[in-house]
Amino acid sequence: MLRERYLNLIILAILVIIPLWAWVSDEPFTITLVTRAVILALAGVGLNLALGQGGLVSFGHAAYFGIGGYAMGILASHAQNYDPIIEVPFLIEGTNSMPIIWLVAVIAGALSALVIGALSLRTTGVYFIMVTLAFGQMLYYFAISWPAYGGEDGLSIYVRNQFPGVNTLDPMQFFVVCFVILCVVLFLVDRINKSPFGLALDGAHQQEERVQTVGINVYRLRLVAFVISGAITALAGALFADLNRFVSPVMFSWHFSGEIIVFIILGGVARLFGPVVGACLFILLEHILGDLSDYWHIYLGAILLFVVLFAKGGILGFLSKKEVPHAG
Amino acid sequence: MPDSVLHVEDIHKSFGALKASDGISLDLYPGEIHALIGPNGAGKSTLIKQIAGGLKPDAGRVRFLGRDVTGLTTAQRAHAGLGRTFQISALAMQFTVLQNVVLGAVGQSGLVFRFFRNAMKDEALVSRAREALRRVGLAELENSITAELSHGQRRQLEVAVALTLSPKAFLMDEPMAGMGAEGSRVLTDFLQELKKEAPILLVEHDMDAVFALADRISVLVYGKIIATGSVDQIRADAQVREAYLGEEEEEAL
Repeated sequence: MLRERYLNLIILAILVIIPLWAWVSDEPFTITLVTRAVILALAGVGLNLALGQGGLVSFGHAAYFGIGGYAMGILASHAQNYDPIIEVPFLIEGTNSMPIIWLVAVIAGALSALVIGALSLRTTGVYFIMVTLAFGQMLYYFAISWPAYGGEDGLSIYVRNQFPGVNTLDPMQFFVVCFVILCVVLFLVDRINKSPFGLALDGAHQQEERVQTVGINVYRLRLVAFVISGAITALAGALFADLNRFVSPVMFSWHFSGEIIVFIILGGVARLFGPVVGACLFILLEHILGDLSDYWHIYLGAILLFVVLFAKGGILGFLSKKEVPHAG
Repeated sequence: MPDSVLHVEDIHKSFGALKASDGISLDLYPGEIHALIGPNGAGKSTLIKQIAGGLKPDAGRVRFLGRDVTGLTTAQRAHAGLGRTFQISALAMQFTVLQNVVLGAVGQSGLVFRFFRNAMKDEALVSRAREALRRVGLAELENSITAELSHGQRRQLEVAVALTLSPKAFLMDEPMAGMGAEGSRVLTDFLQELKKEAPILLVEHDMDAVFALADRISVLVYGKIIATGSVDQIRADAQVREAYLGEEEEEAL
């Protein structure tokens, strides 16, 4: 366990050193690339709580990513047009304050995960995968056909939103904001994994009947995990929208749901830093292999196959020589 | 007669044409071990599931401590004080022994939705868990991975998890299965002590254990209880001999 902890610290260090180096040598593109990796990692950390710890294979987490993105897009577009969102019965105006946008994104993500989770958690196994996928697709087509916020074309936001005391348009400063959020969320998720809640969630993943027999309502347990998971992924969505200053229905697409799953499998299912490693590797491959060929996903597929067949605990499991991570 | 702790009242359950429970009634009184025996396919597991939750009877009720629990879920019945062990160990196999028992303590505490406290460092939970392990004799193995335990040790662990709940009654499905003679005897002694705390409804195949342990025995055949009585009464019952105990076991009697 100690070894994996060291590995995690090394990963965090790399995530700091690369942008610092890029900052010193004036390579803003690299900083943006790492920022992207950090945000995608955050989305993966969200899904990992449900998929890894809870064993709930959600194939529709793009829904929360998209909801977080649109929370940002809607609030910021109203703010930049000086056009209130609603006037009756009371006035709600748009905003370009990041903390408020994050809060709205987290709440919207949690509420939608509550509704979607309450329905999908009545099923298990492959049906659960399909039901979550179906909800994701519903939101995708809804976003496409909703003209008020750009429909298929999406929404452009011209200025990055504000965070008190930070120049968010500076790539390095925006990176620091995202990185700090990732660290805070990792810390919280680590605490959750080790808590009575995390123990019960993990236990229910291994042996559902056991957890019921000690008097714990497994459905409620999983629903709460699903809600936290959706909220984290929605927060990542809001940051991703801010990074690109653009939101579109693509954020809702099932390809993205699949990609987050790939991050987790690459890095190591149920491992705290699994999605972080996976997302970084994904961005790295996209950048390097994407230069060589438009069909770089073929190589990604080959690597994924290799990891699944030969490194069961993902890359982290392979490096730390420990197959099953459990709080303890 | 004192009030029964667990009262099963005219339970019916059919799967298609098969009547798995055909009007079963039985009582569990304070301080007793009530053994349920019957040939394979007699409907023992079906009955246990209806008592523990997870399977709803077509008709009839289950009363526990005077309260109708027929409509309650497994988790709610566990909270009401029904401690259950499984025929096929239902443990979190990748957890350590201690983690499994702490999970029981978490359920008992009712404080599942605590997100920021380390469960394995919580004094109240861990000491409760260790006490249960000590009682079943697994204290030294607390850091072993559950999957690495022998069958007998898993059985002991099942009992330990049930103990963390401080149940008002135990429901044990073949706790001796897969145990060696030594382990079987230790557990038999332990159950004799345990029944003073809470009565035990015991499903068991091991006849020696049943006859040594049980205060009363009910014999289930084809979804019906054909006899209930003391060990001697059951041994002497002609119907039971014919239906269940059969030729080869007659010598053992």
